[in-house]
Parts: sequence; C-alpha cells; structure tokens
Amino acid sequence: MYPIIRKAVLNPTVTRMDLYAPHIAAKAEPGQFVILRVDERGERIPLTIADTDRERGLVTIIFQIVGAATELLNAKQAGDSIPDLAGPLGRPTETDGIRRAAVIGGGVGCAIAWPVAKKLHEQGACVHSVIGFRSSDLLILEDEFAAVSDRLIVMTDDGSAGRKGLVTHALQSLLDEGNEYDLVITIGPLIMMKFVSELTRKNGVPTLASMNSIMIDGTGMCGCCRLTVGGKTRFACVDGPDFDGHQIDFEEAMARNSMYQAFERNAHAHVCRLLKL
Amino acid sequence: MPNLSKQQHPMPTQDAKRRARNFSEVALGYTAEQATSEAQRCLNCKTKPCVAGCPVQIDIPAFLTEAAAGDFESAYRVIASASSLPAVCGRVCPQETQCEQLCVRGIKGEPVAIGRLERYVADAHLAKSDTNQEQPAANGHKVAVIGSGPAGLTCAGDLARLGYAVTIFEALHLAGGVLVYGIPEFRLPKAIVEQEIDGLRRMGVEIRTNMVIGRIFSIDELMQEQGFEAVFIGSGAGLPRFMNIPGENLNGVYSANEFLTRVNLMKAYQADSATPILRAKKVAVVGGGNVAMDAARCALRLHAEEVHIVYRRSHTELPARREEVEHAEEEGVIFNLLCNPISIEGDAQRNVRSITCVRMGLGEPDASGRRRPITIPGSEFTLEADCVIMAIGTSPNPLIASTTQSLATESWGGIIADAETGQTSRPGVYAGGDAVTGAATVILAMGAGKNAAAAIHKQLNP
Repeated sequence: MYPIIRKAVLNPTVTRMDLYAPHIAAKAEPGQFVILRVDERGERIPLTIADTDRERGLVTIIFQIVGAATELLNAKQAGDSIPDLAGPLGRPTETDGIRRAAVIGGGVGCAIAWPVAKKLHEQGACVHSVIGFRSSDLLILEDEFAAVSDRLIVMTDDGSAGRKGLVTHALQSLLDEGNEYDLVITIGPLIMMKFVSELTRKNGVPTLASMNSIMIDGTGMCGCCRLTVGGKTRFACVDGPDFDGHQIDFEEAMARNSMYQAFERNAHAHVCRLLKL
Repeated sequence: MPNLSKQQHPMPTQDAKRRARNFSEVALGYTAEQATSEAQRCLNCKTKPCVAGCPVQIDIPAFLTEAAAGDFESAYRVIASASSLPAVCGRVCPQETQCEQLCVRGIKGEPVAIGRLERYVADAHLAKSDTNQEQPAANGHKVAVIGSGPAGLTCAGDLARLGYAVTIFEALHLAGGVLVYGIPEFRLPKAIVEQEIDGLRRMGVEIRTNMVIGRIFSIDELMQEQGFEAVFIGSGAGLPRFMNIPGENLNGVYSANEFLTRVNLMKAYQADSATPILRAKKVAVVGGGNVAMDAARCALRLHAEEVHIVYRRSHTELPARREEVEHAEEEGVIFNLLCNPISIEGDAQRNVRSITCVRMGLGEPDASGRRRPITIPGSEFTLEADCVIMAIGTSPNPLIASTTQSLATESWGGIIADAETGQTSRPGVYAGGDAVTGAATVILAMGAGKNAAAAIHKQLNP
C-alpha cells in the first residue's frame, strides 16, 4: 500500500497529492510518470510525476478531476492509501546541453511542465515560461514557475489573470522580440501542443511535446498509447512520453484520446451517484 | 488389468451456443470415476516414452498409477515434485504434441488423456484447500526472479523448494504474467492461477508487484546493492507486433495484447469494471495462433454479432491448438483462410469501418516448413468490421536488455541464453521463456524456468 501523506486542493478541478514511495522518489526524473490504481477494482491511471522529495521519500502527483477514476482518487484523503503505484515509467525529458529554453504549459499540464522548467533552471539554462489557463480561478503554480523562470508570462482565455489570450500569442511575442531558444517544451492539451508545434515549426525552433495517451500497462505491452511520429508508430509509454512536436500526427492522437468518451461519461455519472450516497 | 478402450473419455464441456456468451470455463472436468477409468488406460510402459515429451519431466506413469488406484493426492504429489503449476498445465499445455503424442496407446487408438488427468488431479488437490504447506529450511541464499509468468513462477518454485529466499519482481499489479493478462477465464480460471501462486507464497516466495525492472531497479542494482546472488529473467514477450499497413492506428484497432489485457486482467467484460472496452458488432481478428483464437472467442463473449479470423495460410497451417480451433468453430467464429489484410479503413471520426484483404495461394514450403502464402493479384475484397484485433505475434520487451550492462541479445530482441542452463552473457544472470525464445508456450517457459533453477542451484552450490 502507498500512503497519501499530504493532499492539497490547487483549484476547484486540480488536486495535489504527495505519496510515500521512497523507491520511486529515489529514481524519478522530470518527464517520467507513474501508473496507479485507486482501489482493488480500479482502472490503471497514468499520471506524470510533478515533483519528488528524495529525503522524505515522496512522489508528488497533480491531477485534474476529469472522470470517474480521478473522482475516486480525489475522494481519498491524507492518511488513506492506494494499493498500486508503479514507476518511474517512460523516458526522462532530455535537457542535456540546453542553454535557452521556452517552457509552454497549459492547464494541468503546467504541473508536468514545472519540474522540467525547474531542472533546466537548476542546470543553468535561461528559462522563459508561458503558462495558460481558462481563467484566474484555475491558475496553479504561478509562484513555483516564477521561482525557476527568467521570465514568466501568465495567459488566461478571459483575461482574468495575466494577459488575455492563448499561450501561442505569448510565444509569438517572445519570438517577435528576437528571443532565440535551443528548445521549446510544450505540455498541455493536445490542441494547444499542436498549435505551439505549428508556430515553432514556422520559426525553426526544435520542440518537444509530452503526450498523455491512454495507457494500460505503461511498459510497452499493449500498444494502446501508440501514435504516429514522423510516419512511424511509436509507443508513448516506452518511447516517450516526449516526442518531436513537429513530427507528431496530432489529429490521430486527438481521435485516439477520445475513443472511450461515451464510456467515460457513463462511468463519471455512476461515480457521482456513488459519492453522493 | 488396464482399461483397453481405444478411445479417451471425452471431456465434458459447456454447450457451445451457451458458452459463446459467457466467460465460465469451457471444459467441465472429469468425475472421479471417469478419471480413475481413464488413468487405467495407461499400460505403465517401462520405457515411459511420454516423460520424454514433457518439458518439466513429470513422472507420468507414476502419477497415472496412483490415479488409477483412486489415490489422487498421491498422484498430485508426483506431479507437484516436478511442476509448480499442475492445474495450469492440465489446462493449457499442448499435450497432443508433447506427452500424449508419444503415448503407446496412441498407436492403435487415442493416447491416454494425460492432460485431462493432470487437470483432474490438480483440481482435486486444490479443492481440499490444503494450506499447511511446509516451508523448506532456508539455505541462506537470495535469488531474484523478474516476471511472474510461467517461467518465473516455475524457477521461483523450484528454488524455494531448495531453501532459497526468492523474490519475484512483477511489473503489473497482479502476479501471473500471461496466465492472468493473456489466457482468458474460460480457458484458465483466474481463481486457479491465484491458488497456484498462493501455494508459492506459502512456500516462502515473496512477490513484489508494481516493480518494472529496468526502471525502478536495474539488474546491476539487484545484484550489487540488494544482495541477490543470481537473477532469473522471465520477462516474457510482451511487445505487440503490428503489420504496418494503412489504418492500423484507427480507433477500434487493438493489439491482441491490449484487447486481452482489458478483458482478462482488467475484467472489462464485467459490467462494473472501471476499464472500458469497445463493444463491437463485427470483429476481425488477424492471425491464426492460440492468441488469435482467444481474442476471437473473447469478442464473441462480449456479444459481437460476427467474429472473423483472417489468416493468410490454410486450415492445416493454423498454428493454434486443434482443440482451440475446434472450440472456436463450434462457438461460431468464422474462418477466412488464405487471405491477408492490406489496409484498414475508417470513417470521418477515425473509427474502424472495414478491413481490406487479398486472397492468397500456397507455394513451396518456407523455412518454417509451412507452405509460403503468395498473393493472388486482383483478389482484393473488403470485410465490414468495427473492431480489428492484430494477433500476429509479440517480441521480447527491450526494457531489461537495454538497461543491463553487457547482456547479449539477438537482433530481434531475444535474450541470448544457453539452451540447457539459461545462462546469459552475464555471470549470475539467467533467462528463459518467451524473453529468450520469442512467443512460445506456457510449458516450454516452465521447462526453461526449471532448467535455470537447477543451474542456479549448481552455481550457488549451498
């Protein structure tokens, strides 16, 4: 069993949990993920690791409550445990040799973008961060990003915090100012990563996108998370989750991620009824 | 006086129409009377040809003698001294090409139904739920086993019996490997697998689930930092192959591994499962092996209206066990033989709608001894399908090989290991099962686990 040491509500739809798993904390690098189950009959949920505390043996996950499984996870409190936690899985984000980077996070994807920004900052790179949300009440990790970024731009769709507009607007203005980057790293909704990648392609800036495909085992066994990169089929769980944003077939990835939408809606309604009892 | 009947007692089974819609076991098992009478068909040959056909060398005539006398517990002890998983092997071993193929009774009739009797004897033992198993005396040596499939469980069981402290590292949340994620409930009830694994636990084997070796610990760390004196790699062949034809990433195209894992491990067939699966009307399964049969029969049980096997050679070359093919046919699976997919088509939402195939003829035998399929030009046809399952084989998962210093592998990913001992290019590291051979059978993996256990015992020589 893996105890939940701390739980914090970051905004109405996003929760942070620190889980006690010293063996995973000792190994995990930014960009890697875990797979967990909330109970003995639970689905296997992949979640990217948001932070680790090696001294205290903690693995931090930050998740959005989007469906039945995350509803049930969110119903757990500090002091409760979950039965299964496997990781670290996937390849760490490659940051070697990067001196100037732009980190573009969207929504809960910022939780995954932050450890990457932090690692870049710690290795002495100049980090420009752009984080985008629908509105100010969904804003998370602003102070954390500020602490590891040479420049931070907050964007909201409605202008209720930071600048009004999309993350691509902010990235465009950074590029227009003459900023040059060795690498742009984008983590967030597929549609956002697609447009960030299209923008950087025009500007010739290498770009990594972190793919949040549907997974089961997370070890390369099922191929559920496959996507097309540069015309070749790759598995997000073992070949990724980071891929060259200019090579990803985002249309296919979006279709694949919507495969179980109807099932998810039913399961969500069912869990809502259960939690109300 | 032996039973001189030329025929085996037939295995009672669930009615084909009914079982095609449920996940309960197809075979119902012998009664004690049938088992005794069938065991009496054994002539107790001095030369024991059957034993040579058994990868784990069970003393078959000895167990049949006990069973013929009605002493099933003694029969069980004979089997258990050689096999860690009797109730599993009695169900999924291809006996017809192993022990039973060499049975003298098979010359002028049907061989003794050794597999069915193994199943009966093992089930009779499990039904008594004998839980006061003796823990062997510890010999003070530590061995790590990677993977809890048939190879790993067998290796662990044999070493535990010799007093080793064995830790199994399993990547998934449940132990059993292909026995739990691959082989369906109706062929191998998961409760049986669980009972067999519990037996190993009672013998002192520690099973650590959720441990993806290669990521959480490397083999070097297990040996240098955690004090394991030897490591056995039984990580299987988990990497699914695809055909690389257009449309393979459409929604509704599964690898057999994904489809079966959702059904068997995650129980997606149960109404209250948290894991979704497509409830398709017309399913096409590409491939002709046991995995293809399993996938097709699962699809029927998920209430598909039509399930098609698409296989590029003819009925004779189907690599699946004859019994599995017959069961699939009885249940209503439609066999499209001598045809090969060339593309999969989808609708605007990228959901599968059809699969296009070409007809094949058979040419000269190829390296495998089977006649090579040759495309017949202009023979394209389209089969309507809202789900396509690719069951064309798997390769060893590269994770362990790529994270272990100087572990030699074949170009296709198999770990290079000595055929007799399982010794790899790394001292103290052994490997066996599908991780070495590529996808094969449960019993061959068990044989490899057994050989490696003996070699480890010889190396550590306590």
